[in-house]
Amino acid sequence: MIEIQNIHKAFGSNVVLSGIDAIFEPGKVSLIIGGSGSGKSTLLKCIVGLHQPEQGKVFFDKKEFTHMDFEEKIPIRKEIGMLFQNSALFDSMTVEQNIIFTLDMFSDMSRSEKVDRANFCLERVNLAGKNKLYPAELSGGMKKRVGIARAISMSPKYLFCDEPNSGLDPATSILIDELIQDLTQEYSCTTIIVTHDMNSVMGIGEYILFLHKGQKFWEGSNQDMLNSDTKELNDFVFASPLMKAARQVIK
Amino acid sequence: MFFYHFGEYVLLLKKVFKRPEKWKIYWRETLHEMNEIGVGSVGLIVIISTFIGAVMTMQIAFQLVSDLIPSSVIGQINRDSNILELGPTISALVLMGKVGSSISSQIGSMRVTEQIDALEIMGINAAGYLILPKLIAGVIMVPVLVTIAIFCAIVGGLLGGALTGAVTPNEYIMGIQSEFRGFTIVVAMVKAFFYGFIITTVPAHKGFHVRGGALEVGQAGTKAVVIGCISILASDYIITALML
Repeated sequence: MIEIQNIHKAFGSNVVLSGIDAIFEPGKVSLIIGGSGSGKSTLLKCIVGLHQPEQGKVFFDKKEFTHMDFEEKIPIRKEIGMLFQNSALFDSMTVEQNIIFTLDMFSDMSRSEKVDRANFCLERVNLAGKNKLYPAELSGGMKKRVGIARAISMSPKYLFCDEPNSGLDPATSILIDELIQDLTQEYSCTTIIVTHDMNSVMGIGEYILFLHKGQKFWEGSNQDMLNSDTKELNDFVFASPLMKAARQVIK
Repeated sequence: MFFYHFGEYVLLLKKVFKRPEKWKIYWRETLHEMNEIGVGSVGLIVIISTFIGAVMTMQIAFQLVSDLIPSSVIGQINRDSNILELGPTISALVLMGKVGSSISSQIGSMRVTEQIDALEIMGINAAGYLILPKLIAGVIMVPVLVTIAIFCAIVGGLLGGALTGAVTPNEYIMGIQSEFRGFTIVVAMVKAFFYGFIITTVPAHKGFHVRGGALEVGQAGTKAVVIGCISILASDYIITALML
């Protein structure tokens, strides 16, 4: 479980996050949604420790993470898997090397065990046999899947995804969403996804945190969202005529 | 502003010298960087130093027109100039352009494509993993390249003198053998060691702290080379003042 309390973050005089509280439970897919510039990615970076919030605390299973030093954070970071918006695969390494990189660094597994693990992870994301390709040789969707394979290589307890569907076609987006949902259940991990893809919100959003102008405006499940009266949320989620119509039909 | 960036550089170095997560991986990376920085630059260093040595011989001969000065002095001046200054410093400036810009853009690209964030999320000391192998490779390989540069410049001087008739090979060889002081080699190696440090760490610092996109990565590379070259010349002055 991940708990955040009263997170404040500013860049100079620009206040990006103000007093955010939330609890993200294990085995559930949690989404952070909001318009561009609402602070979603900044909140995710505060949670994983890439940004230091000015105020507030982040707890990973009751352990206060925010004020730990680099060495103290390492055991928790070994339990984190993260998928970046642009996949952030290491360009100079093959797909296989990308996946076994953390195993190389932190495990005492033999070479064949590491390759077996890489093959397992690649099969899990339907990319078996792509071991020797370089990131430059992969499509956007394949990069995302390799990113997921890398994220699960250490069997994570916490999985973070920053806009996993950005730049993907609808069919591939759904595949990625289903994959993340399956992995969340398989590893019982606490999964947090930053997205503004409404298909993901309606499809896999078991817990949704809506940010607006750096503040928490609403939280609930995708079912609760359909009945919400929060104007800002409705303006954001049901902005298009298609989504408005879909809401009426579902209701 | 200077103190802000210098402080940032010192703090980065503090991170670089933290204990590696796995020595084996760092060693493998160091060998890779030694190949990139060292072996990859041999050709350029050989060509540049040979021409510099040849040109030096011709220019010294042009200036020494007195009958009272033996031609063998050309070899002697060429040797000392190349050992003390041209070999280490010109090589370092050339390497700053070649290796420095490459390091800056490599690390800068990793920063803007979130690869450095990915390393940190994994619990890896990104500064140590990316910079320490380059630094070790730099302080080992730059002295090796400087040694090659000095040798090539002296041989280039011999060839330049022989081809233009500025000095005969016998006189030149007599010159390079006379009044040789081994301490000049020590000075050259000390310079090369510090240059190796600057060539790797200054661009790494610029690349590591890039914010933005491709444009900023390019600007960081330019800044790294400019600041690196100035640092090389400043350290050249300080080392020379302290050792000679």
